[in-house]
Parts: sequence; structure tokens; C-alpha cells
Amino acid sequence: MPNWLRVLWGGATGRFGLITVLVIALVALISVFWTPFNPFDANVRDRWAAPGWPHLLGTDNTGRDILSLVMAGTRTTVFVSVGAGIVATVVGIALAALGALTARWIRETVAVLVDILIAFPVLIIAMMISSVWGGSLWVVIWAVGIGFGVNIARVTRPELRRVQQSDFVLAGRAAGLTPAQNLLRHLLPNVAPVFIVQLSWSMAVAVLAEAGLSYLGFGASVVEPSWGILLSDLQRYISIHPLSVIWPGLAITITVLALNLLGDALREATDPTLRHRSAETHTPAVVA
Amino acid sequence: MIRYTLTRGVLLIAGLLVSSVLIFLTLRVFPGDVAQLIAGTQASPATVEALREALGFNRPLVVQYGEWIGGVLSGDLGTSQLSGASVGAELAEKAQVTVPLGLMALVIAMLIAVPLGILSALWRGRASGTALSVTAQALAAVPVIWAGMMLIVVFAVWLGWLPAQGFPRGGWDHPWQAFRALILPALTIGIVEGAMLLRFVRSATLQARGQDFVRTAAAKGLSRNRALVQHGIPAVGLSIVTVLGLQVAGIIVGSVVIEQLFTLPGIGRMLVADVGTRDLIKVQSELLVLTGLVLVVGFVVDLIHHFVDPRQREAA
Repeated sequence: MPNWLRVLWGGATGRFGLITVLVIALVALISVFWTPFNPFDANVRDRWAAPGWPHLLGTDNTGRDILSLVMAGTRTTVFVSVGAGIVATVVGIALAALGALTARWIRETVAVLVDILIAFPVLIIAMMISSVWGGSLWVVIWAVGIGFGVNIARVTRPELRRVQQSDFVLAGRAAGLTPAQNLLRHLLPNVAPVFIVQLSWSMAVAVLAEAGLSYLGFGASVVEPSWGILLSDLQRYISIHPLSVIWPGLAITITVLALNLLGDALREATDPTLRHRSAETHTPAVVA
Repeated sequence: MIRYTLTRGVLLIAGLLVSSVLIFLTLRVFPGDVAQLIAGTQASPATVEALREALGFNRPLVVQYGEWIGGVLSGDLGTSQLSGASVGAELAEKAQVTVPLGLMALVIAMLIAVPLGILSALWRGRASGTALSVTAQALAAVPVIWAGMMLIVVFAVWLGWLPAQGFPRGGWDHPWQAFRALILPALTIGIVEGAMLLRFVRSATLQARGQDFVRTAAAKGLSRNRALVQHGIPAVGLSIVTVLGLQVAGIIVGSVVIEQLFTLPGIGRMLVADVGTRDLIKVQSELLVLTGLVLVVGFVVDLIHHFVDPRQREAA
């Protein structure tokens, strides 16, 4: 087991984050093949069934099983957050590499551009994309991916530059590695820790963004299973059946919390200075 | 000092320019034929052509961009291509809901974050401190919409104290009613943003705790917590200002979702509606105003930071 994974598993924060994220991924996988009911099967006779057997979390206004809807929504969430993570990775690495490894004038232009782009909230990017191409899950993926890719670039760039000046990279260059080879073999592995932490946080934002944007009508369409869509469906009946909105909200909160905690724990596990500090001052396991 | 302000000012202007180009390009160039998009796929070629003519889309892009930016600089944000109404006037009207909402949310967020963040740092290692930071961590993960729904359930549905939705027709003609309508939405944003801010205040306070001057003060006989409150916190105040600036973006974004949930006639809801109807010229100006706001806040925060913190001033 690599050292960072052992450290991650050793803390309550990391363990909770890791287990929860795995469980969520598992639920998403299961929901592809099986949910207790067909999430889109409306059965008017069963509408607003109270939580119990066979509808463990009850049913909605058209008699759809809420547990099945929440389970199917997990799929969408995993799809969006993984997609956003991939886009953020590509955008982030590309911008960071451009901002750290190229000619001076390109470097500085990219740096200023990144500083400016960081001011663009994800929602604004989402609205820009959505007003042109209409709402879809891809809007969420691109908006969060671009928004967080810029963040990743900003955090990774100085790290990349620092590593670039280190002896082993110089040695690599002296040994005749091309810049691209050097990037892949020496630079990226060394900035990976910083970058994985950011990735975990951007996936958490993606989960929140999917819910919010789908709620606003920029994300999932009404026929797709999505926690945000489910929230907006159930919201109309909030004064009569207030408790039904609890489930999708809880699902979102737990997912985001798990990814946030995983990010925090990863940061501690991969940053030796931080680990040292927290070890000597006995930080409680779950720290903000 | 002047040099710093100037450099930072140039960056701000560059930022505004780049934003405007990005917004313009995304909304005008990438969609291909904007006139077709507005007219819909069913429209006849003649209709589309007439629309293109009327909206000036047949002119070179540089001219269109220049006209838009020139208008914005002289205070004219353009007119809606659907209603023909002035975008600026509508923004000003909707701001009467969004600005008070944002300010109330900011105040609530600070009232939650600053005292509780400092306390949770002082109480670190104790059960109460851990409980505080765990709660903050959990609350920061709550989606704003859901937090709003929960508050509606408790304060509007069960207790019946506050309105669940809507804003008085006459706006601020009925100040008390208008204020009441904003309490739940502001609380919603304030609690979630406050929980995020709390984590920053906490870690900033913890950082101050390790500073030499706090240790010195403690060594001279102040209790550790006294030393922290008297010497550490003032030093921390500054980094809180910085984070607060970042939170403004969060509050703007939060207000878009929350205005929808509470059916408040504010800028956020206007924007969502305009994106839905593809009123692109309107959306273009609205997005520029919002991005501009975020950039200007960042600029102001940087300046405050720079002028208050003597270390930064010397470094420049």
C-alpha cells in the first residue's frame, strides 16, 4: 500500500471520505442494473405513499418510488462529477504547463488570463454555455471543468515551476529527455499530490453544481434521473409533503461532504509539512 | 503605493476587457447563426434575414463588439431583443431586491463565521470545538436550494412565522413586508456561506496562534487565549477580508438559485429567465455586469489588503 494511502486510511476523515465515495460509486453501479422499482414508473394509486414497505422512502406525486429515483440520481451525479473531473484535469494541466514551461511572454500572458478566469463563477460559465447550446448535463461538466481547471492551473503552476528547477529534472534534460518526456516522467508525478486534492474538491463542486443547475433548468432534463430535478419536482408539494424533499438533499450533502473530507485528508496525507504540524499539535480527526 | 494601485488597476481593466471579449465570443460567435437561434428552427429564411438585419448581426463582429462596449462604457447596456426594454433600467429595478438580499446574507454570514470561527479555534481539542467545526464542515456541504427548502418547511410551513415565497408587489413601498420576504432567503445563503467562511476564520486564527508575537505575549503573562484575542485576531482580520471578497462571488451565485426558490424578482431570476428565452443581448450585458462586480470586489479587497498590511506594503 503506498504511504499516502496508509495515512489516508489512518485518519477518521480520510476513512469516512474514502468509504463513502466508494459506497456512492457502488450504488451508482448497482442502479444501472437494479433499483427496487423502475424510477420512472408512475402509479397514481400509490401516490404519496408514506415511507415503509415496499416503498422504503415513500413515493412522490405520481407514485414514483423515491428510493429508486435517488439511486438512479447517483448515476447522473457520478457521471457529471467524473466528467467534470476529467475536463478540469485536462484544462488545468494544459494551462499550468503553458504557464510554467513555455517562453516567458506566453507564461505571463497565461498567468494573467488564469487570474482573470478565476473570477468567473462556475454558474456564470454555465449560463454562458447554456444560453447558446441549451441546458444539458454537458453544460455542468464543461462549466465546472473549466472553472476548476483554472483553479487547478493556478495551484499547480508554481509547483510545476519549482519542480522544474530541481536537480532531477535538470539531470533528465542533460540525459537528453525531450521537454514532453520530462513533463510526463518527472514533472507530472511530482505535482500529482497537489493536483489530486484539487480534483477531489472540484468533484464536490460538480455535485453541487449539477443539483443547482438542474434545478434552474440548465442541467439534467426533466426525464433524466437527477437529485436536482427531484428536488425541484418535490418542491412544489413542500407545504403538503415537506419530508419528501429530505432524501435527495441528504444524498447531495453526504456526497459533497465525503468528497470534501477526502480532499482535506488527501491534502494532509500528501503534504508532509502539514502532516508534521498536525501530528505535533494533536488536531482532532475531523478538521475543517 | 501609487505604483501598486496602478498596476492592480491595469489588471482590473484588462480583466474587464478579457471578460467582455469572452462573453461576447461565447454568446455571439460560437452559436453560429444567432438570428436563427433567436427566430427558432421553424422560422423561414426571410424572417431570419429580416431579424439579422434588424439586430445588426450582419455587420462585422468587431463593429458589433465595439458598439456594445461603447454603449456599456457610456452607461447604455442595450435593449432587450424580445421586449425592447432598456436592460440597464431593468437591472436597476431588480437590484432593489438582489442588493439588499446580498448584503443581508453577507451580514448573517459574518455574524455566524467570525465569532464561531474564533471560538472553534480557541476551543480546539475540546468536544465543543470539534462539534463546531464538524457542524460547519457538514453545513458547508449542504446545497443552498435544499437549505432553503428546509428553512421554508420549518419557518413557513410548520411555524408560519415568515412568508415562504414572493415579494410584495409594490416592492419597498411596504418596507416591513419587503424585509420579511428577504429574511428566509438571506438566512439560507448566510448560513451556508457562513459555514464556509467559518472554516477560513478558524484556520486563520489557528495560524495566528502559532505566530511569534502571540507566543511572546503569552510568555509575558497573558493567557494563551487572551494573547490570541488581543494580538493574534487583529492580524487575522485581514485575511478574513480577503476571504470575504471571495465569498461575494458565492453570494452572487447563491442569490441566483435562491431567488428562483423564493420567487423573488431579482437579478438572478431575471438572468435565468433571459437565458431560457435566449435574449442573448440582454444576457450578454447582464453577465458582464455580474463578472464586473466580482472583479471590482476583488480589486477593492486587494487594495485594502495591501494598504492595511505593512508587510505587503514593504514588499512592493
